[in-house]
Amino acid sequence: MANTLFDKIWDAHVVQQVEEGPTQLYIDRLYCHEVTSPQAFADMRARGLKCFRPERIYCMPDHNTPTHDQDKPIADPISKAQVDALAQNAKDFGLTYFGMMDKKNGIIHVVGPERGLTLPGMTIVCGDSHTSTHGAMGAVAFGIGTSEVEMVMASQCILQTRPKTMRITIDGKLGKGVTAKDVALYMMAKMTTSGATGYFVEYAGEAIRSLTMEGRLTLCNLSIEMGARGGMIAPDEVTFEYVKGREYAPKGEKWEKALAYWKTLRSDDDAVFDKEVRFKAEDIQPMITYGTNPGMGMAINEAIPVTEGMSDVEKTSFEKSLNYMGFEAGQKLLGKKIDYVFLGACTNGRIEDFRAFASIVKGKKKAAHVTAWLVPGSWMVKEQIQSEGLDKILEDAGFEIRQPGCSACLAMNDDKIPSGKYAVSTSNRNFEGRQGPGSRTLLASPLTAAAAAVTGVITDPRELM
Amino acid sequence: MKQKFDILTSTCVPLPLENIDTDQIIPARFLKATTREEKFFGDNLFRDWRYNPDGSLNKDFVLNNPLYSGQILVAGKNFGSGSSREHAAWAIAGYGFRVVVSSFFADIHKNNELNNFVLPVVVSESFLKELFDSIYANPKTEVVVDLPRQTILNKATNRSESFEINAYKKHCLMNGLDDIDFLVENKDKIERFEQTHK
Repeated sequence: MANTLFDKIWDAHVVQQVEEGPTQLYIDRLYCHEVTSPQAFADMRARGLKCFRPERIYCMPDHNTPTHDQDKPIADPISKAQVDALAQNAKDFGLTYFGMMDKKNGIIHVVGPERGLTLPGMTIVCGDSHTSTHGAMGAVAFGIGTSEVEMVMASQCILQTRPKTMRITIDGKLGKGVTAKDVALYMMAKMTTSGATGYFVEYAGEAIRSLTMEGRLTLCNLSIEMGARGGMIAPDEVTFEYVKGREYAPKGEKWEKALAYWKTLRSDDDAVFDKEVRFKAEDIQPMITYGTNPGMGMAINEAIPVTEGMSDVEKTSFEKSLNYMGFEAGQKLLGKKIDYVFLGACTNGRIEDFRAFASIVKGKKKAAHVTAWLVPGSWMVKEQIQSEGLDKILEDAGFEIRQPGCSACLAMNDDKIPSGKYAVSTSNRNFEGRQGPGSRTLLASPLTAAAAAVTGVITDPRELM
Repeated sequence: MKQKFDILTSTCVPLPLENIDTDQIIPARFLKATTREEKFFGDNLFRDWRYNPDGSLNKDFVLNNPLYSGQILVAGKNFGSGSSREHAAWAIAGYGFRVVVSSFFADIHKNNELNNFVLPVVVSESFLKELFDSIYANPKTEVVVDLPRQTILNKATNRSESFEINAYKKHCLMNGLDDIDFLVENKDKIERFEQTHK
């Protein structure tokens, strides 16, 4: 029988099918950060349980970590307590822990792939919706709640209803200045933030195949913003080349054996998906969002839509959103003055994103009124920035590179966008208050963020390329 | 927490907005707690819609309107999108809601509600619209959510719809059982699986 990539991995992990209920699925990797795990550990203690397979669980703080002075204790006592709790829990339950200042620390969705912890064919979960990122390596990876984190701690299994499958094919070649981030924002604008709810998405087609590993991670990261349970890309030479030699990746004979298996991980030619969607790469422009969900995006040179034809509830939600952003229907955003730029997050905190940003700002200067936060996704990314000399280019242009963490993506540390200020952000969500109470977020690619950082206004990055 | 669910009759709180994300249900700055205190999360449910920036009550927000109360939250489609934070479900439960009615839920949040004995009830768009109309016409409108029969009834119009829930989860909700109890009890199956799994 013909199977999809998703079917192959899912089926290989089914422990049992609960009668008239969910599937009991075996999990190869559980990643834990400090925000969504403490209550799971507390409940494990209350029930007198131990972690069933501690060697499959990796912990690291990322949400609360400051992006400067990480060698000193965290100033915010509540953040500190949460980070300390993860360290203690990891110790008590015998789990691997990459603490602050450990060179293996960083945003969990950046560290997993770059250390070779995330591998093709795996099932991976984390109490974090952007766990979908890891699907880029050809894994079934999805975000879960804290009760589910506890399920995996207790049994290395999770109970899940099997999602439906969707294939999104993007034909053709991406144009100048169009990145994986733009592809994702384009798909969300077309499909809405609930367009893929209930589905596990496989991305396919020439435009996807030609993405680098970093680009694929960005794309799969944003699957959840269309509501998808997860997103994935069949592993190929790009994937194998990326994985080979990484710290936790298999070596020698084990590598050869793994590679042979990974090469079978593709949807069969006659596999049937529950839904098929196709887009043309040539239709995709550099994108920017104007509203308060990631589906409210448009090509950077377009105007905000008007409310004609919307239902009452749709109109109420749309107007509430524009009111929050201080925009009007029909308005164009090019030339609009902005206050902050944020480069980073599990979406765009990888080396390729810093290369892209640097390519635009090279030889230019940061606009005087713009505050820019450049936050690498991990220490490994930060070291790579230095070894490639990107730090020099960025510093010459007036930018400072901070220490790794989730930072202003959700503002659980000190990196908060002030109320009413506009931020062009490479993160994943423009929800009300996401980057700090009252903050106004415009999601875009690293190229578009860089163009805004040097001009001080929303600018089509192609003009600076 | 593990409050058994059977039949609930209650008035409703209407929130006719679409795409209500979990950052609105509970903003990130309230996620720093290391315990699961329902009162804390309930007190901060919809924090930034419920309070003005100066900390005073936002009188325009429905939770601050004495006309509307009850154990059922009725919301526009795609409720609970965004972050996987279970704190959102804790906030909803902590505030005292036992049912959320919408025409569409985000996947992770829906699971989180079920794992906290809050019942997400998916209704048709037309049922939802009529229910909003009924509540606005009469805030005392009662709704009956019958889990054993898997039906929801709008008593104002006498319109009833059935809703879906898998038999396993229904059994859990009705009997106060959770998935961890289930999983821990079948470890032998897991160990057998591991013998053939790399």
